[in-house]
Amino acid sequence: MSITKHQSGWVIIASIIIAYALLIIPLPEELGYARPEFALLAIIYWCIALPERIGVVSAWIVGLFQDALQGTMIGLHALTFTIVAYIAVTFYHRIRVSPLWSQCLTILVLMLLHQLIFRWIYGFAGRPISDLYYWSASVFSAVMWPVVYSSLRIMRRNFEVK
Amino acid sequence: MGIYPIQQAINIPSIANDIINDNLASRSTLLKRIEELERETTLNNARLLKLEALEHENIRLRSMLDSSFKIGERVSIAEIIRVDMDPYKHHVLINKGSWDKVFRLQPILDSNGVLGQVVNVAPKTSQVILISDPDHAIPVQINRNGFRSIAVGTGTTGRLDLPYIPNNTDIKNGDLLVTSGLGGRFPSGYPVAKVTEVITNPGKPFATVSAEPTAKLDHIKEILLVWRGGPKQQSPTFNYSLEKRFEDINPPDGEQ
Repeated sequence: MSITKHQSGWVIIASIIIAYALLIIPLPEELGYARPEFALLAIIYWCIALPERIGVVSAWIVGLFQDALQGTMIGLHALTFTIVAYIAVTFYHRIRVSPLWSQCLTILVLMLLHQLIFRWIYGFAGRPISDLYYWSASVFSAVMWPVVYSSLRIMRRNFEVK
Repeated sequence: MGIYPIQQAINIPSIANDIINDNLASRSTLLKRIEELERETTLNNARLLKLEALEHENIRLRSMLDSSFKIGERVSIAEIIRVDMDPYKHHVLINKGSWDKVFRLQPILDSNGVLGQVVNVAPKTSQVILISDPDHAIPVQINRNGFRSIAVGTGTTGRLDLPYIPNNTDIKNGDLLVTSGLGGRFPSGYPVAKVTEVITNPGKPFATVSAEPTAKLDHIKEILLVWRGGPKQQSPTFNYSLEKRFEDINPPDGEQ
């Protein structure tokens, strides 16, 4: 293990690309608000699974691409992803050992943090988001976490990502 | 752009859907459609004849007013790429970009009216802000009497607001709002919206006026890109100075 330190990096990139695809698949307008933040979920997973490899810098890059993808203010997702990834990397020991349901709660908190910062900056930019639907994205992200977690874990074990 | 392949991949199902629909249409449907289109063409040709006569008359009248008439813009068709953008903005992605000479702030129309303008250009795609986006405002005038105002997006696809209409203005339900050409960004005379609601507030300086966009903002498929062609249009003398002032602030087509 110490000889081949980093391997199968393409799996991580592939998982992020799949997450991006899920982010821009057309949904009905009402569901669009509740769309889970797949890219951030993937980043959190990799932060917990491979904290020595994926961290703040990767999160920043992923966030930057998401800004380009969704047409948001450049750097907005990059900033929130960086903050969330920092927390995930700091507490990866605790998150890793906790059962799945309590991981969901952690994810909920992280997602709410992401959305809170996002909303603040949107407000600063002069277009406040005031509807309650906005927060449903956090809830759905937390609900989707077990699916994301188990599928990424299967990917990681099959391709022996280290 | 690194994200272009992802956007294209997501768009594949809708392209496939179109192809399947095109290929599996039954003969009778096609015949009916052809008949419909032929009838429409005849009607449109008849209208066009009248329009040509009117255009000539217009040019003649305008030359008497000492202002040039813009001979028509060059247009090109682009398609919407079916991907979701930020749900809090009314933006769409189209399949033409700087390689097709799309430029920033280029006006976008559909066959029914104004859709919006280009805000971001990539080599093969561009991002379009719709007139219903809360960040968007478009200079309009009432087609019936030429009263000029500004239509602001509300964040709802079916509604625009006209917040700067004084209470005593001659405006009523069903009035067509067309682009006024002030600001130099949109060509003048294209339909934007139909007034749906006028509420006069005696206690306030402005009436509450909303309008419904004539373009079908919620199910657009094909759009028209407009390039200004021919000589620069100048409005008749009575609003010339105002337009000039707008141009000083906002140089038209400077980004080309």
